[in-house]
Amino acid sequence: MPEYLIIGNSAGGIGAVEAIREVDKDGAITIVSDEPYPAYSRPMISEYLCGERNLEQILYRPSDMYSRNHIDARLGKKVVKLHIDARQAELEGGEKIGWEKLLLATGGTPIVPAMEGMGKRGISTFTTLDDAKAIEALKGQARRAVVIGGGLIGMSVTEALVKLGLEVAVVELMDRVLGALLDEPASRLVETKLLSNGVKLYTDKTVKTIAGRGANDSIVGGVVLSDGQKLDCDLVIVAIGVSPRTQLVKDTLVKLNRGIVVDNHMATNVAGIHACGDVAEAYDYVYRTFRLTPIWPNAYVGGRVAGFNMAGKTTEYRGGTNANSLKYFGLPVVTAGMVNPPSKDGLEIISKAEGDVYKKVILKGGRIQGIVFMGDIQRSGIVFGLMRDGVDVTGFKDKLLSEDFGLSYLPESMRKEKIKAGSR
Amino acid sequence: MKRIYPREEVCIGCRLCEVHCLVAHSKSKDIIKAYKRETPRAVPRIRLEARGPVSFALNCRHCEEPSCVQACLTGALKKDPDTGIVTVDTEKCVGCWTCVLFCQYGAITPDVERGKIAKCDFCMHLKEPACVANCPNEALLLVEETPEKPPKEPAHA
Repeated sequence: MPEYLIIGNSAGGIGAVEAIREVDKDGAITIVSDEPYPAYSRPMISEYLCGERNLEQILYRPSDMYSRNHIDARLGKKVVKLHIDARQAELEGGEKIGWEKLLLATGGTPIVPAMEGMGKRGISTFTTLDDAKAIEALKGQARRAVVIGGGLIGMSVTEALVKLGLEVAVVELMDRVLGALLDEPASRLVETKLLSNGVKLYTDKTVKTIAGRGANDSIVGGVVLSDGQKLDCDLVIVAIGVSPRTQLVKDTLVKLNRGIVVDNHMATNVAGIHACGDVAEAYDYVYRTFRLTPIWPNAYVGGRVAGFNMAGKTTEYRGGTNANSLKYFGLPVVTAGMVNPPSKDGLEIISKAEGDVYKKVILKGGRIQGIVFMGDIQRSGIVFGLMRDGVDVTGFKDKLLSEDFGLSYLPESMRKEKIKAGSR
Repeated sequence: MKRIYPREEVCIGCRLCEVHCLVAHSKSKDIIKAYKRETPRAVPRIRLEARGPVSFALNCRHCEEPSCVQACLTGALKKDPDTGIVTVDTEKCVGCWTCVLFCQYGAITPDVERGKIAKCDFCMHLKEPACVANCPNEALLLVEETPEKPPKEPAHA
């Protein structure tokens, strides 16, 4: 029986096994994933789709990492049920794998809303390499695509499809793209970039029906929007978002909210079971609560913390928040924390817009709650670091957005301590 | 492991560290050619901060728990378990700039021309990092330290 069973072979699972191996060289590790590939960089499936990178080039770790670390990698195997009392995971086909310590790093599953006309050839989601391969297989016959959802996934598949020479239309429920990540001015700048690259935008709209063509209408021929407009297309990519992949713990003792509930050690309420990544609700230091923050870096760090704790090295998760770096059509944008606060009460907003550069920080009581940097992102990491550390920036808040902002604006003692610390 | 510490007490902000870092990471390793002939020009991996009388040059801290490595989407950034040096595999780097956001020192530079990041690699091809070797004021100090034993404040102040 393996000491450690990891379900999920992406950022969280890999973060965990790397941490485990730092403190426990020998304990048996089994990692199970329903995807048949060695860990790959999920955000890079767009580079794969547009042909800029092959599978080898998007691998997250060297392919020998499993053998080098004595990891029993059961790739292409799906866990269908957890027997929590018996500490066993049941695979499709009936095989059971026991555990001493279990990590649930199952990630997210794409949300596909109810639309008429589903089930046709040419409809895909875009969260896995297999999704990218499915779209790749159809790209030769496709001239036009409709992407449903103008979020991160929607933007990244849009860019890949444009690079492949397709005409792309994006349909977005909100009044602007990337509405969950960016404030309005930043969204507008991205939209300008999209339009200048030939992308058509349909905001404030949803897709009601996917129309067919060919024999029995079995192939995608177009979509009908909520306002009745018809768009012809050969591909429909559903990119509404992902929800935590929690099926395995539904109706078990493991406490579930929207995602799996974990504490500051990434431990669930059930002894011996940890969770991390897109499936877990970990601490968000901006919102000061446990919530989903489904980004790759948080998954890795959460997995690392879980791994240390599973291997007996008590480690606390310091918290994470949503933070993304985007570069659609060459426009660099970074965003972190609370970018669209529910209310402006008690908040101070500092912003600056000059040509292609747009920057904004949101402060509360002198502490940074959210940032958007666009066009010039070089110093964004320092500002993000001050946000993470909860530093009172009142004394130099007017400088946060300047091109030469740096640690020199910090009080001398704080600056020297920070430089000496070399991040702990 | 080794670390480079700035000593702002003696840094006069001459930027020679930036110049020699750039040259050390150029193709030709020749100061004139690196600036005048090479396009795109190499990018320095150290950055001078100067504000009034305060100046110091900062490069990668090669952190114990490097946020950049942990945030890297592609696996291009690694911390060498033996030397502690944080390195980037420029073949794997796609220039997504996630690490630029996650580095609290601002020590990772987007090399926009090449679509890759540029960061301190400790000049492994040289005997001593170029910034340290060429600082006229010893304002960059190369220190060997262990995580358990942080460095003493430099005696000279």
